[in-house]
This record gives sequence, C-alpha cells and structure tokens, in this order.
Amino acid sequence: MTQADFFSILPIITILLWALALLVADLWIPKERKSMTALLAAVGLAVGVGISLSQVGQTALTFKGMLMLDNFAVFLNIIFLVSGILAIALSYDYLKRMGIERGEYYVLMMFSIAGMMLLTQAYNLIVVFLAIEFLSIPLYILAGFARPRLESEEAALKYFLLGTFSSGFLLYGIALIFGATKSTGLEGIMASLSANEANLVLFIAGASLMLVGFGFKVAVAPFHEWAPDVYQGSPTPASAFMAVSVKAAGFAVLLRIFLTAFPTLAQQLMPVVWGVAALTMVVGNVLAINQTNLKRLLAYSSIAHAGYLMMAFVSASNPAQTGQAVSAMLYYLVAYGLTTFGAWAVVVSLEQAEGKGLELEDYAGVGQKYPWLGAAMLVFMLSLSGIPLTIGFWGKFFLFRTTVEAGFTSLALVGLFTSLVSVFYYLRVVVYMFMRPGEPRVRRDGWLSLVAVGAAVAVVLLSVLPSRLLDMAAQAVLRLQ
Amino acid sequence: MPMSYFIGLSVVMFAMGILGVLLRRNPLVVFMSLELMFNSANLLFVAFSAYHQVLDGQLFVFFVMTTAAAEVAVGLALIVAIFKAKRTIDLDQMSSLKG
Repeated sequence: MTQADFFSILPIITILLWALALLVADLWIPKERKSMTALLAAVGLAVGVGISLSQVGQTALTFKGMLMLDNFAVFLNIIFLVSGILAIALSYDYLKRMGIERGEYYVLMMFSIAGMMLLTQAYNLIVVFLAIEFLSIPLYILAGFARPRLESEEAALKYFLLGTFSSGFLLYGIALIFGATKSTGLEGIMASLSANEANLVLFIAGASLMLVGFGFKVAVAPFHEWAPDVYQGSPTPASAFMAVSVKAAGFAVLLRIFLTAFPTLAQQLMPVVWGVAALTMVVGNVLAINQTNLKRLLAYSSIAHAGYLMMAFVSASNPAQTGQAVSAMLYYLVAYGLTTFGAWAVVVSLEQAEGKGLELEDYAGVGQKYPWLGAAMLVFMLSLSGIPLTIGFWGKFFLFRTTVEAGFTSLALVGLFTSLVSVFYYLRVVVYMFMRPGEPRVRRDGWLSLVAVGAAVAVVLLSVLPSRLLDMAAQAVLRLQ
Repeated sequence: MPMSYFIGLSVVMFAMGILGVLLRRNPLVVFMSLELMFNSANLLFVAFSAYHQVLDGQLFVFFVMTTAAAEVAVGLALIVAIFKAKRTIDLDQMSSLKG
C-alpha cells in the first residue's frame, strides 16, 4: 500500500477504526448513558466529512486499479456521512423511547456507511460485490433492531432473504462478465470491450443480471415488493437511513459501472431501463394513493422517486447529455435526501410505542397544535411532489429538462403525470394536519425538531439558489466520463 | 472437458437456486437455495479462471465464501429470533406487515 493508496481511503479507514473503537468503548458506557455512544458516532462521522472535504478535486486510481477517488465519489461520500449524522439525530431519542437503545446500533450504522463509501470508490467488480455486502449486512441487523417486536424481526428476515437473493443475481452477473472479458476490473473490461475480444452473449447476460441485482437494491419496479414491508417494520430512523443512503449508493454504483465501463451497452439496454423507469414511477405513485400508514406511504414515495432517478439514467445513455443527466441525478439525490429525512423526522416525532401514531388519522390537528411541525411537514410534502419554492421542484425541473433534451419526451411526460398523481396523496397528509380536528400526541425532542425545522429551512433556502448546488454536482461528474 | 459443460451445470444450479427461493416456504431451505445460487457463481468463476488462465476468479471465490458465511451468521440469528417469538418459521405465516 503506497501513500497515495492510503490517503485515497482515509475517510473509510477513519470511519471503520472509529466504529471499531466505539464498539469496544461502548462496553464501558453505562446503560443509562448510551446517548454518549450516539454523540461519539456523530463526531466520528463529522470527522469523516472533514477528511472527505479535503479530498475535493483529487483524482486518483489507487490499489492497482481497484479503487477510484474522484469528485463523484467524494460528493456521494459526503451525502452518506451527512445522512448518517441526520439518522443518528433521529435515533437519539427514538431508541430511548422505544426501549431498544443499544450502542451497537450506531456502530452498525457506521459500518454500513463505510461500505457505501467503498462502493462509490469501487473500480473493480470484486470490490463492488464486497462493498454491497458490507453495506447490506449491517442493515439487515438494523432492520431487526426493534427485537422482540415481531414486525421488526419479520422485516429483517424479508430484507435479508431478498437482499441475499439480489446479491446472488449480482454475483452471477459478475461471474459471466468475468468470463466474457477475462477481467473484473472496470479498466480491463473497457479494454477488452474496445478491442472486441469480449464474448458479447455472456457479457450482455451478465450485465442484465447485474441490473436485476441493483434493481432489487434500489427498489425499482418490478423488484420493489420488499421495500414497503421493510420500511414499515424497521425502526423508523433506520428506515429513513435506508430510504436515502442505500438508494444513493445503489444509483452511484449503477452510474459508475454502466456509464463508464459499459457505455455501448447502456444504449442497448436503454429500452429496458426506459420501461423500468416508467413502470417504477407509475407503480410507486399509484400504490401510494391507498396508503394510510405514513411509513408505508413514504416507502412507496421512495419507490416513485427511484423511478425519477432511473429517468436520469435513461437520459444519460445519450452521450451528448451524460454529464447533464448525471449532475441532475446528483442534484435530485440531494433534494430527495434532505426532504425525505425531514419528513421521516416528523414521522418519528409522532410515532408512539407498539407502532401506534403512524396512521393518517393520528396526524389530524397537528397543524393547529404544533404549527412549526405542521409547517415543516407542509414544506416536505410540497418538495416531494415537486411544487415551486422548494428544492424538490428544481430537482424535478433539471431532471425533466435533461430528459427532454436527451430526446425522451414521452418518458418526461410519464414523469410529469405521475408527479401530478403524487400531489394528491402528499397533500392529503397536509389536509389531515391542518383541516381535521384532532388531539395529536407529539414527542418533543431537541434534536428531532432541529432536523425537521433545519431541513425545512434548507429545502426552501436552497430553492432560492438552485444553481450553486447544481454547479457543485456538475463539477462532481466532470471526471466521471 | 469443454467449457460449455461447466457453464451448463452452473446455469442449472443457478436456476434450481432461484426456484428454491421462490417456491419453498421454509426459510432454512430458502437459505440453502441461496447458497446454491452463490455456489453456482463460484463454479463459474473457477471454470472461467482455468479457461482464461488468470487467477482472479479463483481469488474471488474465497471472498464470496467468506461473505456468504457472514450472511449465514446474520440470517440464522434472525431465524432463531423469530422462532423464539412465534414458534414457527413458516414464511407464509409472516404476515404482520400488510398494507
């Protein structure tokens, strides 16, 4: 390992060592003071953000072509670290209240984040597979963390079985690609493809199986079935974490592999991806209409948003639009992540023990009794449905624009119509909060309110300066091509 | 032996694994089917590795076996936890999540 190798993975090393040290230190932290562990974990992630920021602008292929450090990876790594910090803020009071506070929770979250960071930097399919397992296995445990609540255990088993099933597809796809191109490194695969030495039948079969595997991970239709059940059964902050960071990690590696290593294939597979994107948008939005449980509603909403992100993937297959499409996708990820965390924060503050307080009726009267919380939720719902003066509007705007410019107007229209459908169920939540009388019970917690109000303010403020963030996203993809 | 034999065997194993996951209702058997899927990929790695005369594939198999072991640890723990709670592990009876 040379010095360049070491510095390229310094944030990952930091997070991992910090998590391991925390796992040991947690033994000496008394049971009633586990919030110490949360605080230490958050500090570790913040240190990770600092180190990642120092890597901005560097580009290096390290570990003999196994890992790639570029702005794209740094941009996403910061998203993961920040979402980890937000998830800890949501968990801080929730775990105590639900009586499931154990130090391992935070450590597992840090492990998962380290896996995601490895995934965005992976430049070899072996590393891709290992990183995906590395990020998934802690998540299976997090899903079942509300043990002995049966819902949580079942959610964990479901997530585990389907997650492993998808890993099987991914692995088989990698094996076929290795057979076709004689290499598992993205550079070797590219070289073999451009020299026309690869066996194209095996290669296309392998790439399709990999696409299926990733499709399960990011929950796009028709592989989305598990998401609502898992998000409903898992501890709520863990669901929020999964909905944001796992999706971001899945799309990041999808872009890295399919756009850099398989560029010719991206065009051949485009009709399939087109169908998946359209189907996901329709299925996610239509099934969300009937949901009365807020956790399930947000789960279907996250499926729908995976469809919109897939749309960027379709337009990226047009070489002239690749850069714009990827930066629009990164922008959308930030917008979606921020808004989603805020919305989940509101859900966490209303949730009661035994899975109570999650139905729409429980939200009646929140707007009158807790105007700040109601206003924040209003902002998140508007942002998720893409209404102006929120960051969600700009996310959709950039996305639809690049899709139209790439020549997929019909797909953009599907996106537009499904967005209109989504307005209905997002606004229904707002109607319940502001126009129905009720006696909501809300948990007041400093960190929770901070996340909810802070995210709402950020969602509105960032919408005033949309181009600044887009420029950052554009710089992040500069080196990807 | 020709390469197609290995590919054929591996595809059959992979298909059996998928069918097992989709059709069987006992999580332990589903588990075994998942392992079958992983091992069919391993077979492919080893076969291609010998065919192409490169070592990458052989190495990959070790990584896969280790991660599979880690997964088994988590999965079995989950099954035990569920069995303790409801005295059955039949997948058809896992219905507390509906909507």
